Amino acid sequence: MTALPASTIADPDAPARAHWKDSDEAKGLMLVSPTLLYALALLLLPILIVFAYSFWSQDYLTIDHSFTLDNYRTALGEPIYQDLLWRSLTISLVVSLITVMVSYPIAWFISFHGGVHKSLWLFLITVPCWTSYLLRVMSWKVILGYQGVLNTGLMSTGLIDKPVTSLLYNSNAVVITLVHSWAAFAILPIFVSLEKIDRSLIEAAHDLGDNKIRSFLRVTLPLSLPGVISAFLIVMIPTVGDYVTPKLVGGKDGVMIATAIQAQFGKGANWPLGAALSVTTMVVVSVMAGAVVLALKFFVRRIR
Amino acid sequence: MADMISIRSVSRYYGIYKALDDVSLDIGAGEFFSLLGPSGCGKTTLLRSIAGFDTPTSGDIRIDGQSVIGTPPNRRPTNMVFQNYAIFPHLNVEENVAYGLKRLKLDTAEERRRVGAALEQVRLGALGKRGANELSGGQRQRVALARALVMRPKVLLLDEPLSALDKKLREEMQVELRSLQKAVGITFILVTHDQYEALGLSDRIAVMFGGRIAQVATPKDIYQHPLTREVADFLGGMNFMKARVTGETAGELSVETHRFGNVRVSKPLGFAARDGHATLGIRPERLRVLWDDAEADHSLEGQVVDRHYFGEITHLIVDVPGMEKPLSVSETNNFGADDIPVGAPIRLAYDPDALVALRD
Ligand SMILES: Nc1ncnc2c1ncn2[C@@H]1O[C@H](COP(=O)(O)OP(=O)(O)OP(=O)(O)O)[C@@H](O)[C@H]1O
Ligand SMILES: [Mg+2]
Repeated sequence: MTALPASTIADPDAPARAHWKDSDEAKGLMLVSPTLLYALALLLLPILIVFAYSFWSQDYLTIDHSFTLDNYRTALGEPIYQDLLWRSLTISLVVSLITVMVSYPIAWFISFHGGVHKSLWLFLITVPCWTSYLLRVMSWKVILGYQGVLNTGLMSTGLIDKPVTSLLYNSNAVVITLVHSWAAFAILPIFVSLEKIDRSLIEAAHDLGDNKIRSFLRVTLPLSLPGVISAFLIVMIPTVGDYVTPKLVGGKDGVMIATAIQAQFGKGANWPLGAALSVTTMVVVSVMAGAVVLALKFFVRRIR
Repeated sequence: MADMISIRSVSRYYGIYKALDDVSLDIGAGEFFSLLGPSGCGKTTLLRSIAGFDTPTSGDIRIDGQSVIGTPPNRRPTNMVFQNYAIFPHLNVEENVAYGLKRLKLDTAEERRRVGAALEQVRLGALGKRGANELSGGQRQRVALARALVMRPKVLLLDEPLSALDKKLREEMQVELRSLQKAVGITFILVTHDQYEALGLSDRIAVMFGGRIAQVATPKDIYQHPLTREVADFLGGMNFMKARVTGETAGELSVETHRFGNVRVSKPLGFAARDGHATLGIRPERLRVLWDDAEADHSLEGQVVDRHYFGEITHLIVDVPGMEKPLSVSETNNFGADDIPVGAPIRLAYDPDALVALRD
C-alpha cells in the first residue's frame, strides 16, 4: 500500500471538500441534471407563471403588473369562493376516503387470494378506463337520471313508486361518479404495497397468537400504509380541482372550485383572480394532504 | 420421558406428490430434536404441520396429549423461529419481542420485565430501541428467538435458523442455542440440512428422505450405526462394499468380504439379504495409515490415487486391488498424511468392529 497524504489521515472530509466536483454528490447531481431541468421546466414554470399572475391585476384585456394582494383578498374573503373551496375539499376528502375503503378490499383480495390469476384480475380492473372519461361520467347520468336505470329498476321491483330525484345533479352524484372513476388508480398502489409484504410476517403474527383480524390490523395494514397514502393522494389531489364531473352530474349543488377558476379564466376575464384561486386551492390541498398523511400514520401507530 | 409431541401416520399430499409419507414420530418433553435431511425431503412441511401452518392430508398430531388437527397456529402451544426470521419491519426490537404479549394484556411493568428478560437471555439487552432494519443477521436471529421464547411455548420450532449466518457466527449460535435450550428446558425441534449442526446440538435426530423418516436415534447411534446406505452417506462419508452373507442369526450377520476378510456384523433392523449379499460400510476415519513398518492385526495394501487437504485432516483416495471402488481415508495431519505423495504405496489398518451392515 502507498502512503496516504497527511491530510487524509488528519481529516477524512478534506479531499471531498477540496474537489467537490469529484464527489459522489456532484456526480449524482450531474447525472440527474438533464431530467431535473426538464422536469423543472415542465412542472415549475407553469406554476411560477400562475403564481406571478395571482399578484397582478387585469382591466378588461390589459394586465397590470404592479404587485397587489387584492386577488387573495377576494379569493379568501368572498363567501362564494369560501363555500366553493370548502365544498371541493369536503367532496374530495369524502371521495378519497370512500375510494380507498372500496379499493382496499379489492386490492387485498387480489393480492392474497388472486392465486395464479392476479394479473388477469388487475387487467379486468383497468377495463373501464378503456373508454373515455367523459363517456364514463355520461353513463352515470344514464344510471342516476330521473328516468335512469336505477330509478326504473327500483320502480319495477316496487321498492319506490315514483322516481327519486335526489340521485342526480347534486354532490352525491359527483361523489359516486368520482369514486368510480378513480377506484382503479387507488387499487394499484394498494395492491403493490400489499404484494411487497413478506407473507411469513403474517404467519409470524399468527404464530404469536393473533387471529386473522388482529394480524391484519397489526401487520398487514401498517405495512400497506404507503400504498394507502399514495392511493389517498392520487385520488384526493386531482379531485379537488375536478371540473368535468361537477359540470356534468353536479347540477347547481355540486359546483366545485374548478368551475369558478374556469369562469375567471374564461367569461369572467379575470386571470389574476383565477390564478389566486388556483394558488389558494393548491396550498389548501397540500396542507390537507399533509394532514391526512399524518392522521393515517397516527391511527395506524395506535393499533398495537 | 413423557411425549410432548406425538405424530401418528401423518401424510401430506400436494396433488399426487407425497411431501410427507406416513410419518410417525414421538418427541419427548425437554428434548432437543433435529429433523435432518436433504433439500425437499419434507422437513419444513412437517415443522409447519406441527406449528399449524399446514394441515396434513391424513394422520394425527398431538401436542402435550391434545390433538391439534384443526387448531389454528395462534391457539397452539408452539412458537416458531422462521427461516428468514420474519422480524416485523415497522417495529423496533422491543416491540417485536412484545408483539405476542400484547394479547395477554399484562400490566406494563410485567410486560417490560418479560421483554427485558427475554432480550437478556439472547444477549440483546442493549438493543431494545433499535429498528428492525438496523440489525445484523445474528442479531435478527436473536430477536426472533427472544420473540418466540417470551411466549413461553411448550415447543419451540426452528426452521433452519442458522443457515443464513456465516460459518463462524453459525458455530457461535449453535453453542448458544444449545445452552439456551438447557436453560429454558422446553422442547426444541430444529430443522436443518447441516449434519454437523444436527450431530452437535441434538438429543435425538430424525433423518428424512423423500417424505419418509429413515431413522430416529441419538447422534452417536445414528453416526455409528446408520440403518441404511442413504443415512450413512448423508451423515459423513462412508466406504461401501458388497459382501456375501455366509450366516445369519437374529441379531448378527456373518459375511465374507473381498479385502476385509470374514467378519461378523450386527444386523440392522429390517435387513433382508439380496441374492445372498449385503452392503457393508466403513467410515473413512476408521481406516488408519500404517507408517513405515508398523504392524496391525488387520490391514490392507493399496496405492494413493488422490489427496485432498482440509487443514487438520487430509483425505486420501486409496486404490485397493480387488475392491470395486477406491477407499476414502481420513487421516489427521499430525503424522504427515498431507505429505504422502500421490502414487505412493500405502498400508491401512482397520478394526473389523468398525464395519457396519446397511439396508439398501
Ligand atoms: N405448496 C406446495 N405445493 C406443491 N409442492 C410443495 C408445496 N410446498 C412444498 N412442496 C413440495 O414438498 C416437498 C417438501 O418440501 P419442504 O419445504 O418440506 O422441503 P424441505 O425439506 O424443507 O427442503 P429445504 O431443505 O429445501 O427447505 C418439496 O419437494 C416441495 O417441492
Ligand atoms: Mg425447508
